Amino acid sequence: MRLKNVLGLVSAAALTLAFTAGASAEDKVVKIGAILPMSGNAASAGIHAKAALEVALDIINNAHPELGNFPLAKNAGLAGLGGAKVEVVFADNQGSPATGQNQALRLITEEKVAALIGAYQSGITLTTSAIAEKYGIPFLTPESVAANLTERGFKWFFRTTPIATDFAKVYTDFLADMKAAGASTESIALVHDNTEYGTSVAGTLTTAFKEKGQNILDISYASNATDVQSQVLQLKEKKPDVVLMISYTSDAILFAKTMQAQDYKPAILLADDAGYSDPSFIKAVGKISQGAFNRSSWSVGPQGSATAVIADLYKKKSGDDMDDTAGREMQGFFVLVDAIDRAGSTEPAKIQAALRATDLKPEQLMMGYKGVKFDDKGQNILASGVIIQLQDGENYVAVWPKANAEKPPALPYKGW
Amino acid sequence: MSFVLVQVIVGGLLLGAVYALFSSGLTLVWGMMNIVNFAHGDFVMLGMYVAYVVYTLLGAGPLIGAPLATLFLATLGVIVYFALIRDIMKGPMLAQILGTFGLALLLRYSVFWWFGANFLSLPQNIVGGTIAAFGLRIEAARLLAGAVALLVTLALHLLLTRTALGSKMLAVAEDATAAQLMGIRPDTMQAIAWAIAAGATGLAGALIATFFYIVPTVGETLAIVAFVTVSLGGFGSVPGALVAGLLIGVIESLSGYLIGAVYKDIVVYALFVSFLWFRPQGLMGKS
Repeated sequence: MRLKNVLGLVSAAALTLAFTAGASAEDKVVKIGAILPMSGNAASAGIHAKAALEVALDIINNAHPELGNFPLAKNAGLAGLGGAKVEVVFADNQGSPATGQNQALRLITEEKVAALIGAYQSGITLTTSAIAEKYGIPFLTPESVAANLTERGFKWFFRTTPIATDFAKVYTDFLADMKAAGASTESIALVHDNTEYGTSVAGTLTTAFKEKGQNILDISYASNATDVQSQVLQLKEKKPDVVLMISYTSDAILFAKTMQAQDYKPAILLADDAGYSDPSFIKAVGKISQGAFNRSSWSVGPQGSATAVIADLYKKKSGDDMDDTAGREMQGFFVLVDAIDRAGSTEPAKIQAALRATDLKPEQLMMGYKGVKFDDKGQNILASGVIIQLQDGENYVAVWPKANAEKPPALPYKGW
Repeated sequence: MSFVLVQVIVGGLLLGAVYALFSSGLTLVWGMMNIVNFAHGDFVMLGMYVAYVVYTLLGAGPLIGAPLATLFLATLGVIVYFALIRDIMKGPMLAQILGTFGLALLLRYSVFWWFGANFLSLPQNIVGGTIAAFGLRIEAARLLAGAVALLVTLALHLLLTRTALGSKMLAVAEDATAAQLMGIRPDTMQAIAWAIAAGATGLAGALIATFFYIVPTVGETLAIVAFVTVSLGGFGSVPGALVAGLLIGVIESLSGYLIGAVYKDIVVYALFVSFLWFRPQGLMGKS
């Protein structure tokens, strides 16, 4: 009796082993956790980012010969892992650093993801990546720009997006060119919210502009404001030459509406991505924000190019045109999956090593970076971007630098 | 300098009138039934979406959107009363809080599912642009909302103090059993109170939509102001909500302009808390 039981158990165990071994060889799945704002005030950005990741998954998991030599597109699945498919587990950060942290913990311990990507808001990336660091799981942020994220000595944190210091250079060079063209750029107002994103970008830009001898007017406000009239009146009274907006979508829309109501137009309105890149910003108030400059690393490119095909797939998926934020999200994901493919493994340490060894060339990217190569802080040292302008209130066109420009920059700011 | 300051104060008064407008419904329900409606901000949000749908389907502005939003929300108010409030009123305080909070999330994520997370907006000049006079600039949309706020406050105040219906509603608020003995049906009165409160909130939403962005989570942004307005004005006091709304609007604007926008909430809430320290019943509440 007892022997029979033991035999039964042993054979059952053997069978289980045989089955699991067979299963893992045939349909191996690489799980990646994506922490994004799917609800709360940044949900619009999060949902567009989710669509971008789903398009990327389609490109990676199915054969897309029309994309030519674009990495991961040609064959179905990951060649480095025997054709394994990639799966993304989406988690909602609800716009809260604490929720983001809990989601990171859940994705790592329960979903057993190989790597994490996210979390849109810099303040939430700050907390979620700390969990990944603790558990030794690679965390890649494709879009959070607060400078301090890569200054924490983290070993598992990587960032593909250009950051405030990169853009400080873009802005100062751009404004120098505008000055040479006859515009006045002596005084600059930095209008920013009090989140991690707003304060850190404003801090970096203040230093950069002060070095150039420009006057800074700092106008900060609490994020998700119910009213911004007093800030607009301050601008109207102080008359800075350049207004630089560092705002998420809700506040960006409110500022645009209030500026029109108060009939206030700066000579140059320059936006630091975020809200101004959100397609719903353009639909809501694009017509009264004509001539706004913005930074971007995305450009659709000529028909038939890989970027044009990707833009098409994205439009079909989300119903909206590809914007810089969704593009950076997708690019970051491709970089992460490319590293997993090269690692040929889902072991965190091997992925980390592969990320460290990343050396992508511009022609292997969908975004206009000069490449992807991480320094030992995890920052992409080849990230860069261009200045775009919302000339007709409907579509952004690249206007600077000259080499990338589709149209010359139009001054002054037209508004409505 | 002085001109800008006048503009800041005028802007603050208009903002405050809007605060008062979307707080009147909350104070009514709070005062009459002792129920804190956590779904209040989401009622405002629904009113905004009604205005948006009216605009996209009929191309019409608040002239049609506002009455429809009032009607829609008033109906919803009655449904909510009979389906939810009537029962949870008998339960413990926690059930009331979680009941309306659950309703808030249900409404928010239903809209989220149907309309998506995108920020929407009505055309800028749907009420007629901006009026410029004496060097001041006043948005017609905000002026309309402010005027309606005064009218709604007046109408609700008259209803409660000068009509038989108002007396009956107050009688039920005072003592439902005694009112019932006098031949007043508490259920009917409370359902009417919910209809009026939700209707006024829908009206507020439709008017706010003419100058604010529309998004499923907008209720979160607005609700906190409504709660502060109501408690500063005095629970259940409609004129109190108006005075409190105007006060908060002006203090916010002035402190935002003079001290800095990040500090305006600190100023407002510090004044609010210290005021309640001395007068916990609010400006016009019964002690």
